[in-house]
Amino acid sequence: MATATRPGSLGSWLDERLGLSALREFAAHKTVPLHSATIWYYFGGITLFLFTIQVLTGVLLLLYYRPSPTEAYESVQFIMTRVQFGWLVRSIHSWSANLMIFTAFVHMFSVVFLHSYRRPREITWLSGLVLLGLALGFGFSGYLLPWNKVSYFATKVGTDMAASVPIAGHQVARLLRGGADVGGATLTRFFGFHVAILPGLTTLLLVVHLGLVQRHGMSSPPWSEGKKLAQMNFFPNFFLRELMAWYAALGVLGSLAALFPWELGEKADPFGSAPAGIRPEWYFLAPFYTLKLIPSHVWRIEGELLGLMGFALLAAWWVLLPFWATNSQGAVRTRWVTGAGVALLAYLVTFSLLGYFR
Amino acid sequence: MAAAAFQGGLLLLVPLASAKDSCVECHGNMDGTLKAPVTEYTNDIHAQHGFSCADCHGGDRNADDPEAAMSAAKGFKGHIARTAVPALCAHCHSDAALMHRYKPQQRVDQLALYVTSVHGKRLANGDTGVATCVDCHSVHNIREVKDPLSPVYPLKLPETCARCHADAAHMAPYKIATSQFAEYRTSVHWEALSKRGDLSAPNCASCHGNHGATPPQVASVADVCGTCHVLFEEMYNKSPHKPAFAAMGAGGCTVCHSNHAIHKPGIGMLAGAGSVCAQCHEANSGGGAAAAQMAGLLTKLDSALNQSDTVLNRARDSGMEVSEPILRQMEGREDLVKARVAMHEFRVASVAKPVADGLAVAAETRRAGEKALQDRDSRRVGLALSLVTILITMAGLWMAIRSLESKPSAVPKPAGR
Repeated sequence: MATATRPGSLGSWLDERLGLSALREFAAHKTVPLHSATIWYYFGGITLFLFTIQVLTGVLLLLYYRPSPTEAYESVQFIMTRVQFGWLVRSIHSWSANLMIFTAFVHMFSVVFLHSYRRPREITWLSGLVLLGLALGFGFSGYLLPWNKVSYFATKVGTDMAASVPIAGHQVARLLRGGADVGGATLTRFFGFHVAILPGLTTLLLVVHLGLVQRHGMSSPPWSEGKKLAQMNFFPNFFLRELMAWYAALGVLGSLAALFPWELGEKADPFGSAPAGIRPEWYFLAPFYTLKLIPSHVWRIEGELLGLMGFALLAAWWVLLPFWATNSQGAVRTRWVTGAGVALLAYLVTFSLLGYFR
Repeated sequence: MAAAAFQGGLLLLVPLASAKDSCVECHGNMDGTLKAPVTEYTNDIHAQHGFSCADCHGGDRNADDPEAAMSAAKGFKGHIARTAVPALCAHCHSDAALMHRYKPQQRVDQLALYVTSVHGKRLANGDTGVATCVDCHSVHNIREVKDPLSPVYPLKLPETCARCHADAAHMAPYKIATSQFAEYRTSVHWEALSKRGDLSAPNCASCHGNHGATPPQVASVADVCGTCHVLFEEMYNKSPHKPAFAAMGAGGCTVCHSNHAIHKPGIGMLAGAGSVCAQCHEANSGGGAAAAQMAGLLTKLDSALNQSDTVLNRARDSGMEVSEPILRQMEGREDLVKARVAMHEFRVASVAKPVADGLAVAAETRRAGEKALQDRDSRRVGLALSLVTILITMAGLWMAIRSLESKPSAVPKPAGR
């Protein structure tokens, strides 16, 4: 596949300085295994595409957004009503954030069910989970930025949860809020997290994650081990198909943004009462509803604290999946992992639906 | 010397909660009406402050022997005559120094007001059928006004007054109508009080006074209503109706709005079948024409605002950001309120100004709503074009893939991980 560059040409000049031929060589030999679950390989790329959209639309929003309690809401209102295509940029930013978290979850569960976390991809799994955590952090911090009623009180509830963690809870809540309560300092901090700290960390982790994917290649499911699977060239065959998936994602994104523009709601009033039936974004609904179900006290332990401890243990167990999924002989406990994956997925779907409809 | 006597007197009036009380000890063991006061008194505000039966009824509560406890020598009064009730209550309630100990802001002019009331005047003339303190506040179960169980709690007061005033037999000697309570319960005031729970909404005492209860005089009705409806009174005072009603001996606001059955006012009061103006003004008279003109102006503004609301709501429900025109629309609603208030001056020009302002707002907000709906349609057209472009691109990509994979060199290779 690799084609030699003509001496004296621009390609040759660049190749000498950037080592493009090595890249070309790598791309020419990169393949994707073909099997019944190949379709799930596309979701990592779709997540990356949506992240790129987030960066681009986020940069455009930065041109007008003002991170202060007196101006934040008005600046978003200005973007939506006065700036040419501002409504589209803001709606796409909000919708793609949600779609990105959705596809990240799909990508994670596809990795679980295809057992792609197994040796030597443990660090790829860990970096992926940190990236998912960062995406949720993006969601939590970005939710407050329009400074509307719902986002204000959702942030209040969220940071209150952090405060209930023993030992360092109050310090963490104070660090997040920049004070005793959610206010102007919180908005400034969340803005800082959203546009500087989280993007920096995400870029770093993304480089590691993608680098590891290239280092280890695409994983084949355990049930195909020992078989000679057909392979598809990554360039251009798989890449063109991925491009089609991106276009499809763009179509869905554009339709959602145009038909259901992201609402701005009412401006936050710190002295007002919380809106009735307040609930977080859909990706936090399952833990939110679980905490609602736990009694205020179980034995002598506070219910919320008990719930948070449970989530921490669950998260730790999930993070360590590649390590407990392999037995002492190095074989993957596929049934256990699939069962755990199905159970977690069922919990997330059921409790999110219950949290939404109740 | 005088100061010492004064202090001693005060000490006598301040009871000790833990003191012996032979009244309660004996009557608590009795049955029926002799026991009832003891049972009721446990919830009485006076009991909570340590006052005992003897503080009103006299006698010696420390004596175990009933005869000694209820001896006239110890000041035992027994049953208190109705005519003596106001003075008995006022013994403490008109004493500023004493009341200050329990409730520094409590008024002490209740008796002074009561003697000016119709109730007080009749009682002074020996009519025991009128209300005294205990008829409204209860006898042995007196609670603070702010206590929802008190018969004079704002929500309960109309019912308390109605116990006598809706009783045809009781009111017959006084030749007073008994329909007030039934009428009041159809009014906007009762709705505000009972349905919206607005305890500041008018009840009987708000217009008639409480301790100095007297029906407002014809000339002062507007002043009474104006206590709350300040702007309406101001407009009415400038209107040609004020001198006309005064000359007729008609009671201002009540001529159109009634007194107890005050219903939600509407444009229909000015013109049409239920018009109150038509009760005095012929349709083709100057007054009738002015009323019709004012009704037309108010209807026009109301209708324009409703149409704007419809357009804005459609735009909002389509996901368009129209919070600014919706906020602006509130200014139009305020203009409608101003026009309705100005109407009480009964001059067309006074109504026309706020109506013109409101119509300008309604036109502006409607334009904003229509523009939002146009934008929504443009977005949908843009979306359709974008989707077509995306689909064409995807089809092109698919064809490129097919073309690529139809070449022998692109046949998938075996092997790999």
